[in-house]
Amino acid sequence: MYSCSDLKKGLKLMIDGDPHVIVQYDFTKPGKGQALYKCKLRNMITGSLFDRTYRSGESFEPAHLEEREMQYLYQDDNGYVFMDKKSYEQITLIEETLGDDKYFLVDNMDVEILMHGDRGIGISLPNFVNLRVIQTDPWVKGDTAAGNNKPATVETGYILQVPSFVEEGTLIQIDTRTGDYATRVKE
Amino acid sequence: MEPNWQLARKRKTIEQRARILHKIRAFFIEQGFIEVETPHRIPVNAPEFNIDAIPSGSWFLQTSPELCMKRLLAAGYDNIFQICRCWRAEERGPHHLPEYTMLEWYRRDCDYQQLMVDCEELLAHLVGKQTLCWRGQDIDLTTPWPRLTVAQAFLQHSSTSLSQVPDANFFSELISTEIEPELAQNKPLFLIDYPTLQGSLARPKTNDPGCVERVELYIAGLELANGFSELTDPIEQRRRFEMEEKQRRQSGKTPCPLPEKYLDELETLSNAAGIAFGIDRLIMLLCDQPTIDEVVCFSPEQL
Repeated sequence: MYSCSDLKKGLKLMIDGDPHVIVQYDFTKPGKGQALYKCKLRNMITGSLFDRTYRSGESFEPAHLEEREMQYLYQDDNGYVFMDKKSYEQITLIEETLGDDKYFLVDNMDVEILMHGDRGIGISLPNFVNLRVIQTDPWVKGDTAAGNNKPATVETGYILQVPSFVEEGTLIQIDTRTGDYATRVKE
Repeated sequence: MEPNWQLARKRKTIEQRARILHKIRAFFIEQGFIEVETPHRIPVNAPEFNIDAIPSGSWFLQTSPELCMKRLLAAGYDNIFQICRCWRAEERGPHHLPEYTMLEWYRRDCDYQQLMVDCEELLAHLVGKQTLCWRGQDIDLTTPWPRLTVAQAFLQHSSTSLSQVPDANFFSELISTEIEPELAQNKPLFLIDYPTLQGSLARPKTNDPGCVERVELYIAGLELANGFSELTDPIEQRRRFEMEEKQRRQSGKTPCPLPEKYLDELETLSNAAGIAFGIDRLIMLLCDQPTIDEVVCFSPEQL
């Protein structure tokens, strides 16, 4: 069982018999008052979104979902297409199912697809993915401060803050759990 | 390997943080306060239902330096301040760290009215102008800042009247869900005069014994400081500690033994007031940073 302190974005729970994923999470607590754990949850079967607030002492059943290893192929008008490498069976996941995970898909990447019967209802990403920067401001000569940052867009359309020395065309590693820049990748 | 950029990128804020801490110290020292350092690891904290200490051996990490600092006051120290680390179990969010930095100051022969003036003057000293901008919101720092009683706040902003609030947890829930979101964002605000159940170490209000002289400072919706006119009656203090402790035991929380030395020495403390100010949140405001992670060198997840 999970307790309130396990709650975070991306955690998957069983609620009323259906698997749910936390898509937004906030913790508030007045200094002397009780802690409130505010979650926006998505029902992974129906896709419906709702808010729920939990209090210390509550516990949660983890959602144990069957996982199938698949390869990400491409995106088309219907959504994101994955293939089972053994059976060559293909499934399509729509954008709403993937949420922010869509930004971290690289062609031919292996991912775990979370299954509900025959249906894919989510994915489980590796902790780090490598993506190429397609747009960012040039490195200003003389800007040597290691801490300076600037926005950059990567090939999936995702925008994040990167160090000023990262240039267009650079392959960077991103932590999929936080969405933050980790390091440049040597090629 | 390239340098850790998640640490490197905070450098400007960390530099600003160091300057702010220096200015806070100067503010108090210039007024004749003594900077004290009391132990971080203590045998017992003040029992509070909603604050859980982190055990350290058979002792605990402090949840606040209040007990040691008030023992110094009781021993005859006049005006003292401290900037120190405090620990509170399982508090983690955009405005919470389980290990964080607290500023506390105490004055003898004063009440909570003086603490509010101190807060106004401290901010003026740190900001040096009349406005502050945090996350796109302009905050007017012109003094005096409004003082709103908890009873007025419930009348204005809650569907429930204060007299109908059944218990402490429901009270704190209404404060977070109904009151705090409605408090003015463009001016600092003192919420004052809490029901007695909500101020375990605070002195009853002279002309309204159902209330205690407790104050909370909010700026832009952030809870920044909590202070009170100190309760100095050892018998009443023991009764309140025992009540908090009983509630803890009834809910299956870790027992919290009573701070006996504190209760003994409280007898020699006369009039005093003290306040705890969250330094990390103050730095978030002054450096216009959206989360507490941005103003500390390391978040727990980066360790």
